[in-house]
Amino acid sequence: MRIKDTLENYAFIFPAVVIFSIFYIIPFVNVFWYSFLDWDGIMRINATNLTWFTNFKEVMTDRVWWQSVWQASYITLIALTFQNALAFFLAWACDREIRLKNFYRVIFFIPPILSEVVVGLVWKWILDGNYGILNSWLVHLGFPNLVKDWLSNPNSALTTLAVVHCWKGFGWGFLLFLAGLQTIPRELYEAARVDGANAWQSFKNITVPMMIPVTVLVMILTVLGTMQVFALIYTMTGGGPGYHTEVPVTRIFASMRGSSRFGYACAQGIVFGVILMIISFIQYRFSKKAKA
Amino acid sequence: MLRAKLFLPLFLSLGIITYLAGCGSKQTTKVQTALSVWHWMTDREPAFQELAKRYEAKTGIKVDFELYAPSDAYTQKVRAAAQGATLPDIFGILGEKRDFASFIKAGHILDLTPYMDTDSGKWRNSFFSKALAVNEFSQGNSYEVKPGIYGAPIDIMTIQMVYNKDLFKALGLNPENPPATFQEFLNIGKKIRKANIQGLVSGWGEVWMIDCLANNYAFNIMGQDKVLATIKGEVAYTDPDWVRVFTLFKQMQESGVLAGGIVTMINKTAEQLFANEKAVFAFNGSWCVNVYKGMNPNLNYAAMLPPKVSDKFPMAIWGGAGSSFMVNAGSKNKEEAVKLLEWLTDKEQQAYLAEATNNLPANKESLAKIPEILSQFANDMDITTHPNIWGVSEFPAVIEAFDKGIQTIIIGEKTPEQVAAEVQKIKERELAKKRR
Amino acid sequence: MKSGLYYKTKKTTLNLLIHLLLLIVAVTCIFPLLWMVSSSFKTQETIFKDMSIIPKALHFENYYNAWIEGGFGKYFLNSVFYTVAVVLGIIIVSSLAAYAFSRLQFPGKNFIFYIFMAAMMIPIQGSFVPLYVLLNNLHLRNTRLGYILAMINVGLSTSIFLLKTFFDKMPKELEDAARIDGCSKLGIWWNVALPLAKPVLAVVVVYNSLNVWNEFMLALLIFDSRALMPLQVGLMSFQGEFVTRYPLLMAGLTTAALPIIIIYLLMQKYIIKGVTQGAIVG
Repeated sequence: MRIKDTLENYAFIFPAVVIFSIFYIIPFVNVFWYSFLDWDGIMRINATNLTWFTNFKEVMTDRVWWQSVWQASYITLIALTFQNALAFFLAWACDREIRLKNFYRVIFFIPPILSEVVVGLVWKWILDGNYGILNSWLVHLGFPNLVKDWLSNPNSALTTLAVVHCWKGFGWGFLLFLAGLQTIPRELYEAARVDGANAWQSFKNITVPMMIPVTVLVMILTVLGTMQVFALIYTMTGGGPGYHTEVPVTRIFASMRGSSRFGYACAQGIVFGVILMIISFIQYRFSKKAKA
Repeated sequence: MLRAKLFLPLFLSLGIITYLAGCGSKQTTKVQTALSVWHWMTDREPAFQELAKRYEAKTGIKVDFELYAPSDAYTQKVRAAAQGATLPDIFGILGEKRDFASFIKAGHILDLTPYMDTDSGKWRNSFFSKALAVNEFSQGNSYEVKPGIYGAPIDIMTIQMVYNKDLFKALGLNPENPPATFQEFLNIGKKIRKANIQGLVSGWGEVWMIDCLANNYAFNIMGQDKVLATIKGEVAYTDPDWVRVFTLFKQMQESGVLAGGIVTMINKTAEQLFANEKAVFAFNGSWCVNVYKGMNPNLNYAAMLPPKVSDKFPMAIWGGAGSSFMVNAGSKNKEEAVKLLEWLTDKEQQAYLAEATNNLPANKESLAKIPEILSQFANDMDITTHPNIWGVSEFPAVIEAFDKGIQTIIIGEKTPEQVAAEVQKIKERELAKKRR
Repeated sequence: MKSGLYYKTKKTTLNLLIHLLLLIVAVTCIFPLLWMVSSSFKTQETIFKDMSIIPKALHFENYYNAWIEGGFGKYFLNSVFYTVAVVLGIIIVSSLAAYAFSRLQFPGKNFIFYIFMAAMMIPIQGSFVPLYVLLNNLHLRNTRLGYILAMINVGLSTSIFLLKTFFDKMPKELEDAARIDGCSKLGIWWNVALPLAKPVLAVVVVYNSLNVWNEFMLALLIFDSRALMPLQVGLMSFQGEFVTRYPLLMAGLTTAALPIIIIYLLMQKYIIKGVTQGAIVG
């Protein structure tokens, strides 16, 4: 009887496990295997390709790799703070009884819908150092000294990219935060008002605690999604100028495409995965403490 | 209610299964032979389709030109197919000679030398020699590939400079007299800065274009032999000649002759700017003729060589085969595939392609109807060179450091000497790895 | 004692500021869309010279040309088919699994769940090649089924994560009631868990629809014949090797963006109206 029960339960996860094993596990094992090889992705593999941990040692000492990890972390930090703060604020604003609420709900989700192609093209055009509208507006508004070559100046390129990425991503956070806010029973706010609490107090004591689970969810998804940013960077700066906007995935791509070092690229991928796991684990621990 | 809920997904699943069963990999049991060609050349797809029709009318063999773009995606697909042994009859290999060599050594490419040499080398001699050289591996090449010709070029191209004649006039320069020396070029930079327009545009965000120009000047300053010696590791990048190459970029930036934002510019943006008369110079390849025509048919411009720095050695530009096709050694229709390639590179088809797509033909005898501006590019074919004909390749890590280093020089972050030292350090690291 | 007028002014000013910020953000969101649409009505020559939002001459034929030249007819249908199939597949597969992880017991449950979660964190860039070879060996290469299964896998981990988080928070009373009534586990899943999960499911639908609709690389790799390609591949034909035909590309991108906007419009009320039907979290 127990066995039948357990088998039934396994049946629930059976389709997922089968698909996952075939389409993720098997390629993953392959990639894992490749990371031990000195291989260009083309030649037939034989015993001479095996280099064990040489690729991993090289990744650990690759200065450009760690620079790219740091730069991706920088963008992620900006996303965690600026992007999510904006998303939260907008969700809070739309949660109140204001006009055009539905209109905003649709508009704010347009950036995530647009393909990377459009986003890259449009923003490159806006931010262009010589003919971009951002710069011409700054001049019109009377700030000519702020005019910059946003994407080519090493000091501004990374932050500019981070801002564009936030622009594209805040729609998701907005959606999830809004959904979370809408589930807080209004009665709690009513009760608090009757008790004499002001806006800030009800925010601190009602909204914040009830929003913690959503916030954790958004944070985890933000970190995972932002660290893996690629298409935007590739189309807007190609990782340049110099190495100033390189991120881990552009480096992996460069190893695969430019230098045909497939084995090394796989090793980079594995190291990246480990880094992400560590970050997620820390986040998870942190979130458990926050929930308690 | 429940029945309705169950009905919908059931219906949908049935629909899906039917659709899936109906379509899918078409098991073709065609009676006629069909050749499959994989390419990435979006701009030429209509021309290729037309050629496929003509070939079928002539020989009864159906040709399937399949386009997979952009070129990065194409490369991935070809590599995956090579691993899975599902390559088409004809395809192209983009990228460096080293990858080409790997494909050959892995047994994927048919050796075309016997076909090239029959009839006292009729096929071989129909090409510009430089165009064929890119597809050829010579005796004693460093890639350990059996010497021979492994691909057929279907067009040629050169990469040099163009300048806008109208903007020249506006700057008070003689439009028939482009700068011949580097110093003249720098002097124009001052005029450009004063007139508040953009100077040279080029896709230097795509690092290989930086590599191209730097290499051109390297040939001019120290000659081919020393450049190749450097690649072989016999000369250091800290050599004063190389520092001089790096310094050229610093000088260009300081003189104002480079356009703003050039270090993150993609070539398409550069082409846009030049076509819309927002830039005086462009560093681009002969394919630009087609691009500019599409964006601004009235553009008044001409081709020029990069202004030389030294008189000791000749100026060199990159050129040779633009795109080439190879035959899959594992194809079941090898002979037919080779015949198709011979037909594609024949005088008539080359002339058609040249006319339809504004690219330079690889066949020597097809130059008759090309537009004037394109022939300016063709005239300089004699001084072209290309990394794929040198017989040696630089380490990719070194190339990346070299090109990105020049980017940092242009934005003023590092000095030429610093970059030279860094590049040399990476070179030594790569050499040490190889020796292990 | 501050007067009522003071509070009223304060409230109005606050509202005004909020509205202003909302508007500014909304403008930056709409602007690229507007540029895309207005560019789609221009020509290759004027597209970068003409800076106006509403061009003087509206070239509607760009849409027609993009549709015909891009072969949009079949690509569009393919994309719709793949999106529907994958989303349906993911909803069923991931909700079954998420329900099991959340409410059922079996040995190795946590371990298997963590493996799924780890997959979210270890993206394998180099996996294209082994995936291709695998599909080839399974005779699924260049088939719709192969692509659909591969795409289901792509969205699986995140969908399971979202759904499990929701199921964990679901009140147990409803399930217990159903169980007492003699409902099987599958019945509870279908009759209790799924209906309650509508808001999360809506998120899952939107998320996966976006992924499949905008997917390009895997399709190019898996499919050889054009007849099976999705829309994004068709769009690439406007981005030539050397010449990008911007007006057609913009028309194509606008056409491609519409279905996703529609899906979002349909789904968003479920996501937001979670008040009476439960919540995503909290």
